[in-house]
Amino acid sequence: MTVPLDEALLRGLVPGVLGVLVRRGADFAAAEDAVQEALVEAVRTWPADPPRDPRGWLVTVAWRRFLDATRSEAARRRREDVVDVEPEPGPVPDTDDSLHLYFLCAHPSLSPSSAVALTLRAVGGLTTRQIAEAYLVPEATMAQRISRAKRTVADQRLDQPGDVGTVLRTLYLVFNQGYSGDVDLVAEAIRLTRQLTEAIDHPEVAGLLALMLLHAARRAARTAPDGSLVPLAEQDRSRWDTAAIAEGVQILQTALSRDRLGEYQAQAAIAALHADARTAEETDWVQIVEWYDELVRLTGSPVVRLNRAVAVGEADGPHAGLAALAELDPSLPRYAAVAAHLQERAGDLATAARLYADAATRATDTAERDHLTRQAARLNTALGS
Amino acid sequence: MAKYLLLKHYRGAPAAVNNVSMDHWTPEEVTAHIQYMNDFADRLRENGEFVGENALAPEGMWVRYDGEGRPPVTDGPFAETKDLIAGYMIIDVDTPERAIELAGELSAAPGKDSKPIHEWLEVRPLYGEPSLVSE
Repeated sequence: MTVPLDEALLRGLVPGVLGVLVRRGADFAAAEDAVQEALVEAVRTWPADPPRDPRGWLVTVAWRRFLDATRSEAARRRREDVVDVEPEPGPVPDTDDSLHLYFLCAHPSLSPSSAVALTLRAVGGLTTRQIAEAYLVPEATMAQRISRAKRTVADQRLDQPGDVGTVLRTLYLVFNQGYSGDVDLVAEAIRLTRQLTEAIDHPEVAGLLALMLLHAARRAARTAPDGSLVPLAEQDRSRWDTAAIAEGVQILQTALSRDRLGEYQAQAAIAALHADARTAEETDWVQIVEWYDELVRLTGSPVVRLNRAVAVGEADGPHAGLAALAELDPSLPRYAAVAAHLQERAGDLATAARLYADAATRATDTAERDHLTRQAARLNTALGS
Repeated sequence: MAKYLLLKHYRGAPAAVNNVSMDHWTPEEVTAHIQYMNDFADRLRENGEFVGENALAPEGMWVRYDGEGRPPVTDGPFAETKDLIAGYMIIDVDTPERAIELAGELSAAPGKDSKPIHEWLEVRPLYGEPSLVSE
């Protein structure tokens, strides 16, 4: 009899197993390779022969692989001073290992793309091929990116406290990459962030998890069957995932009650207000503007100010939105799209049509481009031009 | 993280600084040029920034649909076609600044008298995936 493999469960064991190997004296890069090999072995053998203690099985196999690799390396170098004794196995707390692993894989010395790749492999337990497919690059390129990243952090120890901020940014990048290849990076980002909430008690980690759940809850409604983008106001809200929304809201409320506000909690609060509205008309835009004010205060980000202008346009009317927009740099991404939307609501259809067409040329993905092109076409058709 | 296309033109780009056509170089200069291009690609592979590359033959033709049940119409090649692409490389980099830096390096490939060609390369962003968080 074969038992279907629970891949998420298997990969959830990765940080702990890696931590054990490192604590036994393996260097991070070699330990990580050994864990990958053990994972491949698990995927091959577990369905027919599931172990009683999956974590113990992985530790044993990974440690053996590490020793084999070390021995052959040593033989190659004709050296004999190899770690050869199997240390005492035993129960060890691994939440700290897990946390330190997140810190290491998102170390500030790594570029964002390297941190993403290393996190997905060493913390997430994905294979290089899966990561390469998700990011649409050749497997050899992704392999190089990962081994360079490992070399970059080779001198860092795994028991160091690190920067939660860079970890969160890395997980946010994974989440926002969306979906390509056979790995759902949205689900993977949620899994890794959830796992992080178990390793560290931090309101911003909870805030990011809430943010992810609330946005992922709307994912099915974001795309029409033909692949085109459905804007928030036009989404079929009955297709939103109410369980994910409820969980996101609950996590967010707990985080907010700690009174240590940060940008992810504020973003999640905005997403929660959207999720809370049964129809687009019921959206509490006044409160959303207040949260954007908080976000501007926290980040000073021009992109946040741009989104704030959209909210102001909904709360106080398109002219107020255009006034908020006028204070911003027109070269901002999506500036023309926001201006087009506000101009249309203000009744200047010809200007809106021109701005939609302009915005389409500045889109960074085809779904957005096609959506904006259709908006321009809709207005031009109505105007008979 | 975003992908960029680096486009090299046979014709149609503004004139390079060291603008002597390849058939007027010494054979060693041709070899040195090709070596530079290969080394550049290898370096990107090692960096984890390489996605793909291809060189295109200058000869080609134009094709269009000619109506139901008819074979497509072909025409050309046209010697006077203004824009003629010679090849491309696709890179995956963290920032637009990095794409520009790499294009600059590629443009420094040696030509006549072993001096950099300073040829103009076209850098075009590829469309990416729509991001999930947008409002």
